[in-house]
Amino acid sequence: MFDQLSDRLQSTLSDVRSRGKLSESDVDAAMREIRLALLEADVNFKVVKTFTKTLKERCLGADVLNSLDPGQQVVKIVNEELASLMGGTGSELAMASSGPTVILMAGLQGSGKTTACAKLAQFFRKQNKDVALAACDVYRPAAVEQLVTMGERAGAHVYQQGTDADPVEIAGWALDRAREERRDVLIVDTAGRLHIDQDLMGELSRIRKKTKPHDVLLVVDAMTGQDAVGVAESFAEAAEFDGVVMTKLDGDARGGAALSVKAVTGKPILFASTGEKIEDFDKFHPDRMAQRILGMGDVLSLIEKAEQQVDEKQALDLQEKIKKDQFTLQDFLTQMRQVRKMGPISGLLGMLPGMGAMKQLKNADIDERELDRTEAIILSMTPAERADPGLIKGSRRKRIANGSGTRVQHVNQLVKQFDQMRVLMRSMANGKMPSQEQLAQMAGGAQRPKVRRR
Amino acid sequence: MIDLGSRASENVSAETEPEVARRGVFKRLRESLSKSRQALSEEISASLFDRIDEETWERLEEALILADVGAPTTAAVVERLEHEVEAGTVSADGVAVRDRLIEILAEVASTGRAPIDLSAEPAVLMMIGVNGTGKTTTIGKVAWHLSKEMGLSVVLAAGDTYRAAAAEQLAEWADRAGAELIRGESGADPGAVAYDAIAAARARGADVVIVDTAGRLHTQGNLMDELAKVRQVIAKQIPDAPHETLISIDATTGQNGLRQAKVFSEAVPVDGVVLTKLDGTAKGGIALAIAGDLGIPVKLIGVGETLEDLRPFDPAEYAAALLAE
Repeated sequence: MFDQLSDRLQSTLSDVRSRGKLSESDVDAAMREIRLALLEADVNFKVVKTFTKTLKERCLGADVLNSLDPGQQVVKIVNEELASLMGGTGSELAMASSGPTVILMAGLQGSGKTTACAKLAQFFRKQNKDVALAACDVYRPAAVEQLVTMGERAGAHVYQQGTDADPVEIAGWALDRAREERRDVLIVDTAGRLHIDQDLMGELSRIRKKTKPHDVLLVVDAMTGQDAVGVAESFAEAAEFDGVVMTKLDGDARGGAALSVKAVTGKPILFASTGEKIEDFDKFHPDRMAQRILGMGDVLSLIEKAEQQVDEKQALDLQEKIKKDQFTLQDFLTQMRQVRKMGPISGLLGMLPGMGAMKQLKNADIDERELDRTEAIILSMTPAERADPGLIKGSRRKRIANGSGTRVQHVNQLVKQFDQMRVLMRSMANGKMPSQEQLAQMAGGAQRPKVRRR
Repeated sequence: MIDLGSRASENVSAETEPEVARRGVFKRLRESLSKSRQALSEEISASLFDRIDEETWERLEEALILADVGAPTTAAVVERLEHEVEAGTVSADGVAVRDRLIEILAEVASTGRAPIDLSAEPAVLMMIGVNGTGKTTTIGKVAWHLSKEMGLSVVLAAGDTYRAAAAEQLAEWADRAGAELIRGESGADPGAVAYDAIAAARARGADVVIVDTAGRLHTQGNLMDELAKVRQVIAKQIPDAPHETLISIDATTGQNGLRQAKVFSEAVPVDGVVLTKLDGTAKGGIALAIAGDLGIPVKLIGVGETLEDLRPFDPAEYAAALLAE
């Protein structure tokens, strides 16, 4: 419902231009839509109230009228205001000038602290820092084991004393060890706790005093609702946190909690955890989050992801090959694997603006298994066959189908699609845009098996 | 709350009165006004219904939105109440309006309410949900109640083969509950673990099998498919199984909870919600939206970390708590 905020605003404000005047009731109607949209995104009720008030003033004063599209103009203002409310551009962690930088992680149960600890460790490992983790969650069954396993996966040292020691003592001991062993960073994992649990909040405060962390990070689940604000306020009091890690942003939650926490506590969101894998962890970009809350897509993130994954030299080679019409199934396989490295295809689609509104894609689910099958088919071909699919006839087809556990018609389908693609590439390489029919053919012939309507 | 079928009499009548068995599940709820009372039954904000005017409806909307009930459900409930007051079917008096409101909310919450069906032998219960919502903890508590308080033999299937140390976490709960744990290697096929657990339960004549699954975001299509597959594996072993599939929803979850419940129930039929972490300040109002929109009732609530902190859901009590300050 939220994807169409801009659509809804456009229809709400569509007659404004014909009248040439933006009345207060027009703005009120727009504010109502925005209010609903923000509530739907779990932005705190009180924050929404203040926000729409500020917004209304700005909309009445702005050049909304003169713009070609008042709805789009209002969305732009909302976007700007949201981004500035969320902290403008990204903030940074405080690092120690000498000795280990100590980072204390806190949060509610199930917000994803232990996973976030390991991911943060991996984040520093990528910068060639020597990282240690302190296992201070002695309450949840097997939490220490989880940190040990995940810490090892991240290439960090894990300091643990099992579950019988006192968390404050463990934290102090871990800090001593980190100093002795000259680690660059010490990340302290703590047990999940309710912000109203006096004993545990007291313990957190004692861990804080004991370790004097350079940064205290509050881990907040992106799916949190209205309560996020109360939670953040309590943690601000007990742990004086400096910043927020948003987790589970790979879901479809809008993450209005992030905005609310920033608005109420003034603490920036520093990191975003975006997937199951340990490397799915990024610096947080407030401007992009604003767009996510508005359902405007996240093109910048997509571009960055692509840049990370696509080797530039490979890309040039590829361009050359396409020009010379030498694009083979092997190249196709390499390409497909690169795209898939960026994450599930359906997730990538969500990052593109307007995708939410595209009817065909709205409920479409890219079937990853279909891509697996395509990979399997190509992998069952000989290098010669990959270079020249024209070779693939009768018995070869059968062999490939058997080798990949598919059927002959799947092999045929892939070869046919590949031919169509080459024709298309040839014409694009010659500077011609593909015709509508060609595109439709691609979409119909090539895409259909991969896009499954729910 | 829990339908044990014919087994109820075998297990219970010999040594204990049925009333005592019921107490097994309801025990602390009945005995004390402790945690769940604090969490759930505070007085409705006194100022909410001081006088009935335009502002009342606004304040009411605000209270429901702040409880995460969500705009559409809130609007529907408030509109209905306002309409009834205007039409005179409910008198414009604070107490009457409040009582009627609780009735309406309870009505929304108690959609299709049925007991947890554990009448089959063995009965299979499957827990599903997003990461960190409290699946494993809930299973531990349910196993403890069934085993220690109702005298049933319970087999736990460690179907979360993905998260590091998930099986160890469940092993501790199994130990506390005196239940048998069936686990596979890390990264093993969760369907195979469920299969083994059911086979073990049958071989030993166990009463209940509880299948844990890895937490997963509902947006991960391949993982949702995996869930459907685990269910199929179970159903192949015992037709009609799993007899009860419960989704855990974290009470702090906002509007995304509705998407979670919807997408999960598209992958596997969901019989009920376990609303966890109600011992915080979050009201878990999204459960109302889930019940109203999808017709999935809340069956259990979690109000803390100890074994006794799992309770049957009481719609009226919950409705009152939603509006508490």
